[in-house]
Amino acid sequence: MSVVLVDAGGTNIGSVRYALQRLGVDAALTSDAATIRAADKVILPGVGAAGPGMARLRELGLVEVLRSLRQPVLGVCLGMQLLCTHSEEGDTECLGLIPALVRRFTEAPGLRVPHMGWNGLSILREHPLLAGLGEGEQAYFVHSYAVPTGDWTLAASDHGETFSAAIARNNFHGLQFHPERSGTVGAKLLRNFLEL
Amino acid sequence: MLSRRIIPCLDVRDGQVVKGVRFRDHVVMGGIVDLALRYRDEGADELVFYDITASPEGRSVDRAWVEKVARVIDIPFCVAGGIRSVDEARAVLHAGADKISVNSPALARPALIDELAAAFGVQCVVVGIDSLRETDGEWRVRQYTGDPSKMQALPRRTLDWMEEVQQRGAGEVVLNCMDSDGVRRGYDLDQLSVARAICRVPLIASGGAGAPEHFRDAFVEADVDGALAASVFHSGAIAIPALKRYLHEHGVPVRR
Repeated sequence: MSVVLVDAGGTNIGSVRYALQRLGVDAALTSDAATIRAADKVILPGVGAAGPGMARLRELGLVEVLRSLRQPVLGVCLGMQLLCTHSEEGDTECLGLIPALVRRFTEAPGLRVPHMGWNGLSILREHPLLAGLGEGEQAYFVHSYAVPTGDWTLAASDHGETFSAAIARNNFHGLQFHPERSGTVGAKLLRNFLEL
Repeated sequence: MLSRRIIPCLDVRDGQVVKGVRFRDHVVMGGIVDLALRYRDEGADELVFYDITASPEGRSVDRAWVEKVARVIDIPFCVAGGIRSVDEARAVLHAGADKISVNSPALARPALIDELAAAFGVQCVVVGIDSLRETDGEWRVRQYTGDPSKMQALPRRTLDWMEEVQQRGAGEVVLNCMDSDGVRRGYDLDQLSVARAICRVPLIASGGAGAPEHFRDAFVEADVDGALAASVFHSGAIAIPALKRYLHEHGVPVRR
């Protein structure tokens, strides 16, 4: 099985790659369109801001490549947000593969943004990506913008408001938290993705 | 519900984890990767590595061990030590660190915080503040605390600096209360509570943990998001599973 990590400049690419290695999979880091199209699984990691993230995908000529993929695709953190239609962060048009609008957490007294740390996952929809995940198991989040819940939501979490922690539509999947840094829970979900 | 975080801090010097009392008299605690794995297995929520001599020696953190840790560890970790530029930060993040923490270099050149936040997003940028109460009753910051011969007192008030770093783009603040560091009499709840009132990003308590109730007090009374400690974990005086059980029993949400 060939797994590729799309090199869109995210700083967590190394961590995701090591996490896959711990599962016995050596994922190639690439920004080459043909390599991405030919892969069995495509992962779009990402840490940073939506605007520069999309700008980098455009520079690399990868926007249409990613939109046209038919194999399982997984966006992680910012990578998940880029799968959506639009992000409030820098008023950025994203890939439009999941019909959601990414919003900043609403300011509230005592609510700390970024949402940083381990938070519980509440399963809203059965999906092979979440196989074996127990209700309330925790994952590690670090983000200031979030995808609201909707038809696309597989699992939700809470930080002043309920938001999407895991999403899927057709062959496109996203995890708002960092599976590569979420201990055994994260490893389980990465393995599930590799088995889709 | 978001869990409160327990964060062992590993002070790194010459490739090994060390611990001193009040920032002095360092003794070797063990290998970096061995201790990182031990804490991961015990249920630490996050790890912080401070290359304590990098800043005083005018060099950046050694990236070789950052990559070694990133390969084996599946919980988040933050790296600090002499990161003075976006390029140095990028190298540490690309080596596998999840966050970088800046302290002395940010005091020397505060615009560093803006640059890091613009390049990587605020969620990657932690600002560490070493703070000491002076005879006039004000808390003020210290620079280059990793080396007693180079440590400097600055005229900056801790609370002013805490406000400024948030405006510049700190995504998290670690407040190290030096009066209580290493002496295990509890976190500085007075200072942490005052800091909490003006801190809109996650706030991490550092300095003074000696018993499980100290952690509870920091979470319940000072409402911090995480508590950092070193010697009590390194020595085995407090085991993380027992600490989390204690916190859970006292109503503090923790990951177990």
